[in-house]
Amino acid sequence: MPSTAPAGTPVIEVSHVSTKFGKAVVHQDVSLTINQGEVFVIAGGNGCGKSTLLREILGLTTPSSGTIRLFGVDSRQLDVSNGGGIHRRFGVMFQHGALFSSLTLAENVAVPLREHTNLRPKLIREIVEIKIAMVGLPPDSAGKYPNELSGGMRRRAALARAIVMDPELVFLDEPTAGLDPIIAAGFDDLVLSLKTHLGLTVVMVTHDLDSLWRISTRVAVLGDGRVLGVGTMQELSQSDDPIIREYFHGPRGRAAHEQAMWNQLKAGN
Amino acid sequence: MPVDQQTSISVSGNVVQCRGAWTLSNLNDLERRIERLRWPAASEVICDVGEVTAMDTGGALLLQRIENDLVRREKAVSVRGLKPEFAELVRMVQAKTRLNHASPAQQAGWEKPPLQSVKIKTDGVIRALAFLGETTVAIGQSLLQPRLIRWRAMLRVVEFDGVRALPITGLLTFLVGVVIAYQGAEQLRKFGTNIFIVDLVGISLLREIAPLIVAILIAGRSGSAYAAEIGTMKVTEELDAVRTLGISPINLLVLPRTFALVLTLPLLTVYADILGVFGGMLIASGQLNVSFAEFLDRFDEAVAVRHLLIGLAKAPFFAVIIALVGCYQGFQIRGGVDDVGRHTTISVVQSIFLVIVFDAICSVVTSWWDL
Repeated sequence: MPSTAPAGTPVIEVSHVSTKFGKAVVHQDVSLTINQGEVFVIAGGNGCGKSTLLREILGLTTPSSGTIRLFGVDSRQLDVSNGGGIHRRFGVMFQHGALFSSLTLAENVAVPLREHTNLRPKLIREIVEIKIAMVGLPPDSAGKYPNELSGGMRRRAALARAIVMDPELVFLDEPTAGLDPIIAAGFDDLVLSLKTHLGLTVVMVTHDLDSLWRISTRVAVLGDGRVLGVGTMQELSQSDDPIIREYFHGPRGRAAHEQAMWNQLKAGN
Repeated sequence: MPVDQQTSISVSGNVVQCRGAWTLSNLNDLERRIERLRWPAASEVICDVGEVTAMDTGGALLLQRIENDLVRREKAVSVRGLKPEFAELVRMVQAKTRLNHASPAQQAGWEKPPLQSVKIKTDGVIRALAFLGETTVAIGQSLLQPRLIRWRAMLRVVEFDGVRALPITGLLTFLVGVVIAYQGAEQLRKFGTNIFIVDLVGISLLREIAPLIVAILIAGRSGSAYAAEIGTMKVTEELDAVRTLGISPINLLVLPRTFALVLTLPLLTVYADILGVFGGMLIASGQLNVSFAEFLDRFDEAVAVRHLLIGLAKAPFFAVIIALVGCYQGFQIRGGVDDVGRHTTISVVQSIFLVIVFDAICSVVTSWWDL
């Protein structure tokens, strides 16, 4: 739903969150604010607790201490039974799609509409068809089962399911991991175009440095269980923090940066 | 779902007036209103959306539908007052719906492909035969070269499917022995032939019932587990990993389970025989005044060894049926999670079916030979 809240109001507030699994400390005093209209990326090395943070925001895991508010609601209250209204306002795309394997692509995308609205089947079908077209899947893929789809198509289908209710907020867990560079770049474009068309706020967990440069408005880098830095890619690439420097100025980071600069130049001319 | 009272559509003159939030929660109501609406008679219609406060994809779709409806009635439609923030969305929905209507294939996408049951069945027979052949060859190779047998994996199966199944098999056959003796006691007392309870319990249990009960129990307990384990390994690509490491899945997964069950099932049957007869013995002494000593005396002369041996001889065959059907169904799992459940069920049903069919054949054959 575009323009239900003015740009810049906080959608997610993470305050002083700490997480421990037994003796292993995953987060220590993590605080973040994600605003309406942003493409906010949570970045960081493997095992730094990115996905755990995402799960905590979604209310799937409870942090050991601290609070997380999603649309002003404590994520601990985000239970299926009483969170009802909130669940219609965000969509989640899981890392491996998490499509229901017993349903066709079209039925998968239709699930939220069937569960949460009283629309007639014909209208549901039309909306689903538009969403399938929006994520760039061919119409004849609608009847296929998830195991008949390629990895890239499965991601797109998962994205279509995440946006079928026209949510204000979309979570993407490593959307481009394991995709070839052309499809990954296409996915970035897709996220950007959906953001402009549907007025989405996007929260994304990714390692993909190219996506970071291309679509992020702000990035939080996690490491050692803490937030090492939050800011635009330009700001972070100037950072003195050794871990951030290594992350962005390693060989891959430099290549992605150069590519981003080159794209800007091309766009400028 | 609460319906926003502000959201409406009405016709006045040649203007279609749209108001309120054209979003998912109001769409059902709006759709009904549109159906009841009488479109203006004029040939030029203005669609005024200036008072639409919110619009999502569904809303844009509905607006598009109104336009299409009017165009089909050969009216010129113009949309007035569309807010710039919705314009992008409406444009995209227009583009996508046109795109979609260009391809008739999209309708087919909603229908499931027709069942090709005959072809699937013949395919299934061929696959089953291929599996049986492959396994037979592997078994032959293992018997010729016993060092190929994976003893550790086999012992694990013996523990899980044999040792841990002892309490439940024991309890069940004990109860079956009790039931048979009880039912027999009624009839035998009428004729005063109490001592024949020994023949009844001994022969029926040793020869037929104990092997069958054990086989059915193990089919439900272990056959299903084989199908689910192998199927899950297939879904998670572990089977492919095993193949690429140069290990035969049949050698790794099927043979240890088959050998272990062939070893375990006769042992479980002996154990079940003992507990079943003990159950019958308790009832015989309680209901028919046949003491334990009398029972065992009679047992010695009435129940020939061949009854025990026929029962035990069937057990390894039951074991092969259960292990192969379970493993085969596991390998048949293709797609996703629901396939695992389906094939697990099939494995249990098929193995119990085949066990009983085999048992029936055995009964016929042994009676021909007067055994």
